[in-house]
Amino acid sequence: MPTWNDIRADFPILHQQVNGHPLVYLDNGATTQKPRAVIDALVKYYERDNSNVHRGLHALSMRATDAYEGARTRVAKFINAADPAEIIFTRGTTESINVVARSWAHAHLRPGDVVLTTEMEHHSNLVPWQQAAKASGATLKYVPIVGTNAEGGLDLAALDTLLTPQVKLFAFTHISNTLGTINPAAELCRRARAVGAVTVIDAAQSIGHQPLDVQAIGCDFLAFSGHKMAGPTGIGVLYGRRALLDTLAPDETGGGMVVNVTYAGATWKPAPERFEAGTPNVADAIGLGVACDYLDSLDRVAIEKHDGDLARLAYEKLSTLPNIRVLGPTGARGGLVSFAFPDVHAHDVVTFADEDGVALRGGHHCNQPLMRKLGLTSTTRASFYVYNTAEEIDILVASMRRTLKFFRG
Amino acid sequence: MSADLTELYQQVILDHNRRPRNRGKLPTANRVAHGDNPSCGDQCSVYLQLDGDRIKDLSFDGSGCAISQASASLMTTQLKGKTAAEAQALYDKFHEIVTTGKEPDEISDIAAFAGVHTFPARIKCATLGWHAALNALKSDPTTVTTESHND
Repeated sequence: MPTWNDIRADFPILHQQVNGHPLVYLDNGATTQKPRAVIDALVKYYERDNSNVHRGLHALSMRATDAYEGARTRVAKFINAADPAEIIFTRGTTESINVVARSWAHAHLRPGDVVLTTEMEHHSNLVPWQQAAKASGATLKYVPIVGTNAEGGLDLAALDTLLTPQVKLFAFTHISNTLGTINPAAELCRRARAVGAVTVIDAAQSIGHQPLDVQAIGCDFLAFSGHKMAGPTGIGVLYGRRALLDTLAPDETGGGMVVNVTYAGATWKPAPERFEAGTPNVADAIGLGVACDYLDSLDRVAIEKHDGDLARLAYEKLSTLPNIRVLGPTGARGGLVSFAFPDVHAHDVVTFADEDGVALRGGHHCNQPLMRKLGLTSTTRASFYVYNTAEEIDILVASMRRTLKFFRG
Repeated sequence: MSADLTELYQQVILDHNRRPRNRGKLPTANRVAHGDNPSCGDQCSVYLQLDGDRIKDLSFDGSGCAISQASASLMTTQLKGKTAAEAQALYDKFHEIVTTGKEPDEISDIAAFAGVHTFPARIKCATLGWHAALNALKSDPTTVTTESHND
């Protein structure tokens, strides 16, 4: 495995100055940067292979089709899916969850049923369930969080009471994008399965940061985005267990997903084509496959340790700042840390950090109900990836000190 | 600190952020409007006591960045005693300042917001309270969201 400094050389974008300072990119929870290998794959595709897939018999179309289906097989291997047909390409996590919320919920949710999710969900794993519950007459319930700073994670004791046979689906995040909490995915799936509930995991914040095995976790559906794992924007994945996917009606209809069309009606192909109407995002799917290769070349066990260690270091150093609230677990955490000052707003913090070349995220992080529950309107978040260093955390903390001095005097 | 940032966070703005004027609910208010900036979560309610066409008193409440809070605070000091037409004219002037950086001919505290124009993402912060106030004047009960404005 290369050293962490060699890794920085793989990412062209990192080598620039922002506001007269070397860029310190700590907004990886929003999107990660792309290694040269992924950028090159996109260029190569458009310069050499660009063509529509599954439709043409000419050389370019066959090359494009092979590369697109090769990417599907690569992604299946990346998450240890049993079958490449379980990999549906989407635009990203949000679309993936919406496909389940519409297709699965439409077929299976009835009045009196319960959809269970948690208080720490991103809007993308919350609003679709509100809509599905509204459309079906089902009730939406939430697993509470524990602690004034949510340091206790999910209330697993409350889960016993909440997981009743009425629960038809349990949707939860693998790693919270605001708190950094790592949820025990395999345990949650096991307990949901015991009451017959289908499980949906939002893996947006975990997929690029650790080994992930859908069969070991035992989930029914899992959603993630390519752009949060060193891949391109506009491509994501819905993993679904084959047996479940084949029971679902398509979410969108049109070309590419049909077997036979008459003026009277149409019949559907099996998964994954059933859920990929229209010309797919071929180039970015191929880029995603290359991102899988890249992350495996670094070793995902090492990435998990690297990102987690940086987040814990940031947690410790930020905690020394006067009058700061740092959210989430005190021990092991995903590669991010978010924090708030009672007297300096996150947007002012982010503006000042930008002045030092440090890219942070400030706001509610698409987590409005969680913010309200914690008595906050916004936090500042630093999120880490393979190319970040301990020195960058020192730059972050120094920038925070300067900001506080300016506002507090 | 760069010149741009010094210009953005002028003393007037910092002062209003630290010690907001006319903050809290106005007991005598007969108009209220609420503003939201959904992209960042800033919120601002503006309470007006209208006497005919004239703003007899006003206050604001809410949470947000230093720019949005200082702007709302300063606004309350500027709009007291103004008619609806005068308030609109003052907003037009303020809007020009934050979008172009052009300072007005006469001496006015609102000129402190000229630095906002180099940070386009913050224009919405600066105008949030003003939008709420103008809506309260029009007695438009709908929540203002900055996303529905071009600025």
